[in-house]
Formats: sequence, C-alpha cells, structure tokens
Amino acid sequence: MYLTTRSLKRACAAGLALAAGQALAACGSSASGNPLTPAASKGSVVVGSANFPEDELLAQIYATALAAKGVRVTDQFSIGAREAYYPEIEKGVITIIPEYNGALLTTAVDPSSTAAATAQVDAQLKARLPASLEILNPSPAQDKDSVTVTQAFANRHHLSSIAQLKPFATSMVFGAPPEFKTRADGQAGLRERYGVVFKGFDALDESGPITLKALMDGQVQAADVFTTTPQILTDHLVSLADPKSNFAAQNVIPLVYRKGVNATIVNTLNAISARLTTAGLLEMDKAIVVDHANYSTVATAWLKAEGLPS
Amino acid sequence: MVWSWIPGNLGLIGQLTRQNAYIGIVSAVTGLIIAVPLGIASSRWRWLYPPVLSAANVIYALPSLALFVALIDYTGLSDTTVIIPLTLFSLVVILPNVVDGLRSVPDDVRQAATAMGYGPLRRLAQVELPLAGPVIIAGARVATVSSISLVSVGQLIGVGGLGYLFTDGLDRDFPTEIYLGLILIIVLALACDLLLVLTRRVLTRWQRDGQSGGNAATRLASPAMQAEPPPRAGQVPLRGSVP
Amino acid sequence: MSFLIYAWNWLRQPAQWHGAGAIPARILEQLGYSGLSLLIAAVIALPLGVAIGHTGRGAFLAVSLTSAWRSVPTLGLLVLLVVVLGFSALTWLVPLVVLGIPPILVNAYEGVAGVDPGLRDAAAGVGMTRWQQVLQVELPVALPLIIVGLRTAAIFVVSTATIAAYIGLGGLGRYIFDGLANNNYGEVAGGAVLVVLLALAVLLLSAIIRRLAVPAGLRAQERRSR
Repeated sequence: MYLTTRSLKRACAAGLALAAGQALAACGSSASGNPLTPAASKGSVVVGSANFPEDELLAQIYATALAAKGVRVTDQFSIGAREAYYPEIEKGVITIIPEYNGALLTTAVDPSSTAAATAQVDAQLKARLPASLEILNPSPAQDKDSVTVTQAFANRHHLSSIAQLKPFATSMVFGAPPEFKTRADGQAGLRERYGVVFKGFDALDESGPITLKALMDGQVQAADVFTTTPQILTDHLVSLADPKSNFAAQNVIPLVYRKGVNATIVNTLNAISARLTTAGLLEMDKAIVVDHANYSTVATAWLKAEGLPS
Repeated sequence: MVWSWIPGNLGLIGQLTRQNAYIGIVSAVTGLIIAVPLGIASSRWRWLYPPVLSAANVIYALPSLALFVALIDYTGLSDTTVIIPLTLFSLVVILPNVVDGLRSVPDDVRQAATAMGYGPLRRLAQVELPLAGPVIIAGARVATVSSISLVSVGQLIGVGGLGYLFTDGLDRDFPTEIYLGLILIIVLALACDLLLVLTRRVLTRWQRDGQSGGNAATRLASPAMQAEPPPRAGQVPLRGSVP
Repeated sequence: MSFLIYAWNWLRQPAQWHGAGAIPARILEQLGYSGLSLLIAAVIALPLGVAIGHTGRGAFLAVSLTSAWRSVPTLGLLVLLVVVLGFSALTWLVPLVVLGIPPILVNAYEGVAGVDPGLRDAAAGVGMTRWQQVLQVELPVALPLIIVGLRTAAIFVVSTATIAAYIGLGGLGRYIFDGLANNNYGEVAGGAVLVVLLALAVLLLSAIIRRLAVPAGLRAQERRSR
C-alpha cells in the first residue's frame, strides 16, 4: 500500500473520526467548558470552585443539593485562584461559586477595605460588587486567617495570643498566602494592632500543604493557617488568640451571577448556608483531607444528616 | 499507594483521562495540519524559512503557563485556552521536521518524477511527502507525547485533565492520586506514540518491501536503490537548523 | 494586546526593580535554579550520549527512553517530590534535571554517531587512540549538534523553573503565582514577559556561543548541506 491521494483521504478521515470520537466521549462527561459540552445552554447552572479542597467540597454540596432539586448542574471544579475564576463569574460563564466574604471583599472588590465584622463586610460587598453579581446569605461557618505555631514553639515561649508575639517576632519568619502581604488585616494589621513585625515573609500557598510543611519543617516559625484546616487537629498546631479582632470575618457565602439563578436556586443555597457551621465544616475537611474520602460522598452524607435535598 | 481508592473513583479517572487525551491529541493533530502546508511553503520558498523558524523558536521558548494565563481573557477557562498554546508548541516541533524531510528528498528522485510526467502537486503528494513521511511522523510523535504531558500544566488554571490528580493529591497529602496521575499520563502518551510508530510502518511499507508495492517514483527512492540509510526514529526538533 | 499593556505598566514601576524580592533578585534566582539543573543534566547526559554515539551500543534503548522521558509531566514530578521529600533542594532539582537530560543526550548521541565514518577511519589510520579519536575528532565535529542540544535543554529548564514557584520557591514564577493570588493581572503579565525575555536571552547567548565555539569550517559545511 502506498500513499495515494485516496489513502491520504482515508487517513485524514480516520484522524478526524478519532478526534470526533474523543470529542463525543468528552461530551458525555460533565467535563469543564469543552465547547461541545452543553454547559452554556439555557436553564442550566455552572457551579465552580477554587483550587483547594474545602471550596471544592462546598461546591460539591451546592451542586448535589441543586441537582436534587431538579436544577441542571454542570460542575467546573478546581479552577484556580480568584484571579482566574472571578472574571468568569462576572461574565456569567460560571453561575455559582462558594466564597468567603472577607477575602472576596479585599482581593476582588475593594482592597482598601478595613471592614472586619460579618455585617460590615457583607454591607460593603452588597454596595460594591459589580451589578452582574450578588452574594446570598452568609453561613455561620467561618474559615478565618490566623497566626499559628507548632505546639513545641507555643510551649517553649508560653504563647496563647498574638499579643505575646511582639518580643519574638523580629527573629521569626512568617509564612502566608501572597495576598497577606498587602491586605489590610495582613502584615499591616498585625503591625498596627499588636506591634508585631516579623523578620521575614515567605509567600506560600492558601493554608495548603506547602504552608503546613513549611511550618512543620521549621522553614517558617509561624504561619497563616486557616481555622478549618484539619491539620490543626492532627498535627496539634496552636492558633494564637486574636483578642483585638484583627482578622476580618470569613463567612462561607455563595457568590452568584444574578441572571443565572432563580428562586429555587437561591432558597436551596440559603438553606445550606443556614445549616453550615464551623465545626461541621472542620469535620468534613478532616474526612476529605486526612481520610481521603470522596468529595461527593462526604457532601451527600452531610446534606442527608442536615435534612437538606440530596 | 492505596490501590483500593481506584475502583471507587473510576468515573473521575475516566473523565480526566478523556479530557487529557482530547486536549493532547487535538493539539498535536491541529499542529500537524498547520505545519505541513507551512513546511511545504518554507521548503519551496527558501527565504521564508529563517523568519518562520525564528518565530517558531521564540514561541517554543514561551512558558506554557504564561500563555494559558494570557488567553483566559479571550477564551475563558475552556479546553480551548489550553489547546491553542499546545497547538502552537506542536506546530513548532513538527515544522522543522517537515522542512528537513522535504529537503532530504534527493534531487534526482524529484527530477525522475518530473520526467515521468508528474505535475508538481502530484509529485508532492505521491513522492515528496511519502518520502518525508517518516521524519514528519517522528516530529508528530514528539509533539503528541509533549502535548499529552503538558496538558497537566493547565491544571493551574483548572483545565488540566489528569493534572487534577496532582494538585488534589498535593492538597490532601495523598500520594496515591499523584502516582496514578503520573502512570496514566505516561501510559497515555506512550500509547499514542506507539500508535504513530505503527502508522509509520503501515504508511511506509514500500520502504521496506523494496520492489513490491509503491509506485514507480517512490521505488526509485527505496533503500535498495539508494545509498542513503532509512531515517532514524526519535528525531529531536530544532536540531541542525539553527539560523 | 491588553496583556502587553498590563505587563508594561507593571514593569515600569520602579518599585519592582529595587528591594529584596525585586526583579533582579528573582532573575538571579531563576538563573540559579536553571544553571545548576542544566549543569547536572549536562554532566550526566553528555558523556552518556557521546559513549552511545561512539560505541553504537544502547542507541535503541536511549532513543526509546528519551521518548518515554518526554511524557513525564514536570508538575507531577514536582508535586510527588514535595509530598515524598518535603522541602529540599532535590525537590526542584530532580524534575529540572530530568527535563534537561533528553535533548542533551539525544543530540550528543546523534552528533557523535553522525560523524563521517571516513573521518573516523582516517583518525584511526593516523594512529589516534580511542580517547584521542573521541576528544580530538568526534567531539569537535559533533559540537554544533551538542550545542543545539544544550540550547534546547536550557530553554526547557529556564522556562520550567517558573513552575518551581508553585511550591513556594523564588524565581520569576513568583510573579505569576503571587499575581494570581493577589488578583493582580499586571504582575502575572509582567512575570510572564520576563520569563520570555529570559528565554530569548538564552537563545541569543547560545547563538553567540555557537559562533565562537564552532570552527568556521564546520559552520560552512552545515550551511552547504542545508
């Protein structure tokens, strides 16, 4: 067999068929944004998540409950940092994403804001979010920033509160997500309220494995470990008290694209928010991160236990 | 490695593998489709090649993550955002092979074909391209393997096929996911590589058969008639053709 | 186009050029990671490639392995090493070295294997020992191809060192990841532009090295055979 124009055509056809076959296969899965996936069709919502387990879990909870209520849901999980997904939800490519009111306010909406309490933060969000977006009801569950140290470090210096760090700070390196450096309740807040100025700052990840390893390995002496991080329990970390309420509220709150949601969706999400507590969230995080359970299994179990649609 | 995790997550694994395969293969195929005409033009009009190659070198130097991020503005968070840069990389890898392959066709073979009455288009399709075939397929192999592997970097913007297993495995301190991702990507890439090797064998059977099969012109170019040894496998792109 | 405008506006800020985490420092970090990885990759791959090319043995294995190596996702390797090794120099060194070896190896092998057999016979005829053959005849003739291999590896490594920032390291990747976290598109764009410029500088440098290192006769021969 040699390469005639006829066999060339046959090869092209085979190649195209292969590509088309792959495309059709991808169609059948609820995969992300493939042009052939019916995600953008009317009457369906896209639930997105940021690229860390807790947000993916929350998105899974939203998606499962909505699907149980008969809403057509496409998921687009683990997108990336806010920089990556925020423009997409502004445009309506994503419809719903679980957010944290404080972080949303200071990173995407108003970096100069100093609002700290839940009510204040929500009010500023409602006032300043772009017209296409809105926040629903906040949940009691919060995943706040903290200044956390290892048990050994806390014992050695008898630490229980951030206020006690002042004399030691100048010999410590602090690890936190990159935005901590510029946020009002970040480095600046610690300096103003507690007089704490660290020797060095290491930009790590969002209270993820990099940060935790850095803290445990001694690369940093203190780190911003978010308060529902299960390793606080399993690694016996000590989150120092914040008596002057430096860290802003970080309630879990659904951020939605106004035109993409209806009453059913809003009510379902609000019902979820009402029953979500910090303790419950921490427990679910432990199952997912430490016990490596399935996101959807944990989500469904929680919904059932709370009497919500699943 | 926790093998028992796999059965309960076959759905997820299948979905990620399909996405990875789709993005990787589409990118390589599209790169090939663009590279062949571009390469034909570059070998025909010699002045075209140095600027095209320089542009190709520059594109190849761009970090994939930077390209993905730059495209979010235009193509959002879809598979397309990852496909476009990977197509460019595939194009850059295959193009020099198309040009080198076509240029390595001996002049006397071309002249013989013309003497036998082949027009330029027929000569291209039935003589030059088949002879350049193995070299082009070698480039396609490199492009396909690299594309399938690079899809995982797309996970940093949420479109990463099996790359999801890396970030989730890291986030949850769960090496099983990471090992699985590594194994599946390597297997997928090598399977496609093998497919292309087999394709080359089928398409160039004339080269090994010698007198049987092939048309008159390609028979002239078979190893039996030439001193030139058959092309080697695994050619590295950008070699030898530095401006 | 807006991508470049964002990058330009960020790069123009003098604050980016002075201070501890500023651009010059990040560039040096990137070069540091890349340089060390490239050096180690070359130390491993060059002798191996030359040996395979000279003796002709193991060629099939080398070429197949190279194909397999290209399929290993760097991000995956990086992540695996973080989980297994934690933070150590090896965590970023190994993936970058693994990335740099294939182009150097294959080009060294092809360069040496492609030396005109007549030349080899002549060298043997003149009485050169094996070592002399390799060092005085084969290596110089294979030099253009070896330099191309080193150049390709250098570009891979310099570009990929960007990803090291994903695990909290320095280098120009810091701007991309920090920019993503800070919702600062200018920083992301600026970082991306810097990595590209650095890679182009590597291209330029290798072109200069090739001009200097490869004898005029070989360069002419290469031009003629194109």
